[in-house]
Amino acid sequence: MKSLIGIKRGMTRIFDESGRDIPVTVIEAGPCTVCQVKTPETDGYSAVQLAFGERKLKHTTKPLQGHFDKAGMPPAKVLREFPPDGEHEVGDVITVEIFKVGDKVNVAGTTKGKGFTGRMKRWGFHGGRASHGKKDQLRAGGSIGASSDPSRVIPGMKGAGRSGNARRTIPNLTVARINPEQNQIFVRGAVPGPRNGTVYLTKNS
Amino acid sequence: MTKLLDEATKGDLRTDLPSFRPGDRIAVDVKVVEGTRSRVQTFEGNVIAMSGAGINRTFTVRKISEGIGVERIFPLHSPNISAIRVVRPGKVRRAKLYYLRELRGKAARIKERR
Repeated sequence: MKSLIGIKRGMTRIFDESGRDIPVTVIEAGPCTVCQVKTPETDGYSAVQLAFGERKLKHTTKPLQGHFDKAGMPPAKVLREFPPDGEHEVGDVITVEIFKVGDKVNVAGTTKGKGFTGRMKRWGFHGGRASHGKKDQLRAGGSIGASSDPSRVIPGMKGAGRSGNARRTIPNLTVARINPEQNQIFVRGAVPGPRNGTVYLTKNS
Repeated sequence: MTKLLDEATKGDLRTDLPSFRPGDRIAVDVKVVEGTRSRVQTFEGNVIAMSGAGINRTFTVRKISEGIGVERIFPLHSPNISAIRVVRPGKVRRAKLYYLRELRGKAARIKERR
């Protein structure tokens, strides 16, 4: 298996052998249990479903309980399918030890929601001029197209709107350290989402 | 949260360095890598600020080099610091001595702590 579910715990710094300062994100990843193995014969496609974390019984719906009972495991907080990699059976436990220092991983998560934002924050527009007689257009986005021809706005024009709260994958982050006792993995750089947000790690081969 | 991160980096903290505080005159031995060989360079000056906590703790050293003020910020727990010596403990009434930047010569002296 090349994938793991984890919780982003926050950022800190570590120093490498040559004394360089490395910004890292601490992710508590795994252990994940294989909850279901999907095959083309039974499900029409193949996938491995991983379960991560704990869920209280009173928060588990009856259909979900049945699903976990079938796998013979306590209810988990997160269920997620990943493409299969090698043979896996229900009940297999996958830990952070599938990664090693120096590996490249893709980390996916849901970014922090920013609400309704203007074009400067959402798309990185530069805004207007502060001097030279300009007024009331400091954060304005400028023209959105020509006039009577075409008499409409071209679809896909970058405008203001809801920003953030979307799934994003940050590719090619380097694994800086692994701490199997604490199920921790230290990844160089930032990953999407708030602290304690769920993230998905996949080894990039 | 912070507690968890502190625990995670606890093993990286350095316990071999002497304690010092703003106002002290210290000598920092810094490892410098030049191509393939590394040597130790000493940076001596007054500690004018310390900030951060845990592994993020840093300190600022200010010295006057050939009439020009030079400041360097070191991460306290960096492995590039091979040693720190307290040359002269200073007595100051501030945690941040940024006012020293405005002062020259005799006015920029710090009283010794005994």
